[in-house]
Amino acid sequence: MLDYLDPILLARIQFAFTISFHIIFPAFTIGLASFLAVTEWRWLATGKEVYRDIYKFWVKIFAVAFGMGVVSGVVMSYQFGTNWSIFSDKTANVLGPLLGFEVLTAFFLEASFLGIMLFGWGRVSPRMHFVSTCIVAVGTLISAFWILSANSWMQTPQGFEIMADGRLMPTNWLEVIFNPSFPYRFVHMVIAAYLTTAFVVGGVGAFYLWNKRHIPQARIMLGMAVIMAALVAPTQLFVGHMHGENTMHHQPAKVAAMEGNWEHTNNAPLYLFGWPDQKAEETKYGITIPGGASWVLTGDVNGEIPNLKSFAPENRPPVAWVFWSFRVMVGLGMLMILIGAVSAFQYFRRKLFESRWLHGWWMLMMPSGFVALLAGWFVTEIGRQPWTAYGVIRTAESVSPAILGPQVAWSLLAFVVMYTFVFGAGSYYILKLIGKGIPAANDKEQYYGHGIEASVIESTAPQGDKNV
Amino acid sequence: MFDFSTIVDLPLIWGLLIATAIFVYVLLDGFDLGIGIIFPFAPSDKCRDRMMNSIAPFWDGNETWLVLGGGGLFAAFPLAYSILMPAFYMPIIMMLLGLILRGVAFEFRFKASDKSRHIWDKAFHFGSLSAAFCQGVILGAFVQGVEVEGRNFSGGPFDWATGFSMMTGIAVVCGYILLGSTWLVMKTEDVTMEWSRRVASYVLGFVGVFMALVSIAMPLMNDQIQIFWFSTPNIFFLLPIPLITAGLFGLIWYDLYHKKAEYRPFLASIGVFLMGYIGLGISIFPWLIPFKYTIWDATASGPGLSLMLVGVVPLLPLILGYTGYCYYIFRGKSSNEHMY
Repeated sequence: MLDYLDPILLARIQFAFTISFHIIFPAFTIGLASFLAVTEWRWLATGKEVYRDIYKFWVKIFAVAFGMGVVSGVVMSYQFGTNWSIFSDKTANVLGPLLGFEVLTAFFLEASFLGIMLFGWGRVSPRMHFVSTCIVAVGTLISAFWILSANSWMQTPQGFEIMADGRLMPTNWLEVIFNPSFPYRFVHMVIAAYLTTAFVVGGVGAFYLWNKRHIPQARIMLGMAVIMAALVAPTQLFVGHMHGENTMHHQPAKVAAMEGNWEHTNNAPLYLFGWPDQKAEETKYGITIPGGASWVLTGDVNGEIPNLKSFAPENRPPVAWVFWSFRVMVGLGMLMILIGAVSAFQYFRRKLFESRWLHGWWMLMMPSGFVALLAGWFVTEIGRQPWTAYGVIRTAESVSPAILGPQVAWSLLAFVVMYTFVFGAGSYYILKLIGKGIPAANDKEQYYGHGIEASVIESTAPQGDKNV
Repeated sequence: MFDFSTIVDLPLIWGLLIATAIFVYVLLDGFDLGIGIIFPFAPSDKCRDRMMNSIAPFWDGNETWLVLGGGGLFAAFPLAYSILMPAFYMPIIMMLLGLILRGVAFEFRFKASDKSRHIWDKAFHFGSLSAAFCQGVILGAFVQGVEVEGRNFSGGPFDWATGFSMMTGIAVVCGYILLGSTWLVMKTEDVTMEWSRRVASYVLGFVGVFMALVSIAMPLMNDQIQIFWFSTPNIFFLLPIPLITAGLFGLIWYDLYHKKAEYRPFLASIGVFLMGYIGLGISIFPWLIPFKYTIWDATASGPGLSLMLVGVVPLLPLILGYTGYCYYIFRGKSSNEHMY
């Protein structure tokens, strides 16, 4: 049992736990911010109140999700130092500016204009309000740009030299920022965020159609989600494939683990199912398509793909985690493509909004984006092991020296308890908002209110109880 | 690779920039943490709604300065970051947990039913209190210095817990209450404003006592600081700092007592914080890990600092500009009502 108090493992679990919780919210808000911008634009362009209803409904959910993203994100910027101080000291000269630019170019932008977006209605013109929504949406994308650049550098580091004392010094910023895996990871992640949001919005639309509530708004929500699913989900398959090819060139051990491929072979099979056994160095109980992995990765059933045995055991990632996370991600992605195609087909038959069985599927798929997104991050992060900066710094050499097991253990426990409580409550409030539905259309004055009853108010307006 | 290190003193510039970012954080999150601390003691629920509404559009931006402080330290002074974070492990985690609780309380309080709202009122209070106290503890422990071996922290997990750091913890709580209550004098009316005036006058004395205690303790703890402050001619140049501070205290007391000025107590409280911060800053300068590493020892490499400087020069004024714009949009008294 005491072996499990290994500080490195605890620090890794703590990082995995806090980052997994965190990424759910930014991923959702990246998609939702763009969705809100589009909705508000449609409203300003057409004057149709149905768009205003949709905006007003989702902006409340956006506020809850954004708040949770902010507070779980502050933790990340300090955890580098508390648990991974050696890594921080070694890589700060390269990664520091990237994270610094994220704060300067994105975080302040998002945080400041979020205030106007939530509370500014009636204080700024509709046009300025729309501009604020757009700024927040662009801010989320800028933020994704920098953090994915930093993460991708850890996967495919370049543009630096190693000093005598082991610290890394940058030699070319463009090489650092636009490292080989960055463009693929950035596009893959942004699309994933859009798809995640699309399946949530579509699921809520389907839920209202199922219950025969808010039909006009629900049709638009589901309709917009179907467009995303039908067009973007197949695009994601293509982008993911390109990303995989890129990984094969730069991080072959990760691809070998994803495919569960141990032996040097031409004609590597594609495992639909299997149980990679790290000790026995084989993938057991395989159900395979012969030559499948070779064909997918090289375009030739007799192509050669990376194999795990060509890496020393201490340089291999935990294979089963990578192997299974990859299958979860791809499986859900395929399901998304299928549902998008079926929904588009039903739309052209003019039956999309009447097919209850399909609405049931959309409701079931609501969490699918989050699961697929986390599974994808598991593939890429666990697949990077045993390195923090691939091939340069080992995970075991990154952890803070003064951190003893007990310190990491109690703080991990505290994070688990706190996150369960806080984010459990957050999810509950989001579900409650969805259940409560879109407020009646005659409440127009209060429409953009956000606050206890609504928002902060103009000082010149008549105020109820002056003696408060 | 461009590098300005031969032209300008990059560590000095970045030291000033980070110090400024931390000061802006202390001011901005200071007033909203302070409001969280006094939140449960407000006379009515309507007062609490007003208090919350007066900071709801700003808290997120305010907290971003803390991320800039942490991220900036990582980027500009990685050695200090990787020594101080493990050294203050426990107070930092407690601060983060507190910030999580009080941060989500804003949105959750708006969404909660009347029956469960009290949970988030408490979360807001205890979260703000623990964040403020931990920040004070970290400040005190930082000033006292940490054990270092090579490029790593080498002390124990409870080194930060000293009598002095406990005192600075309470001192920061009182300071934030002063900022928060004078903010409310500026941003609210009637009962809430009256009550905030009373809170501010009550806490003003405590802030004065703690500032005096820290000013006495610092030179006693360290000879260098003692020599710096009390040798001639330094003492004459430095004398304005305590004198201005005393003047500002008098001004706040006068305004609160005469119940006229509504903006000035908050501005004067900012002045008090500025004087305290300058006093601390010049006592410690140029140490970044006090009495072990200076800002020049702990600095990041020239290319990184140069790149970020190129970014900061246009971006920081821009950020201050639109932050100011947001405060301008939400100017005037806040209300608990939802009609306009």
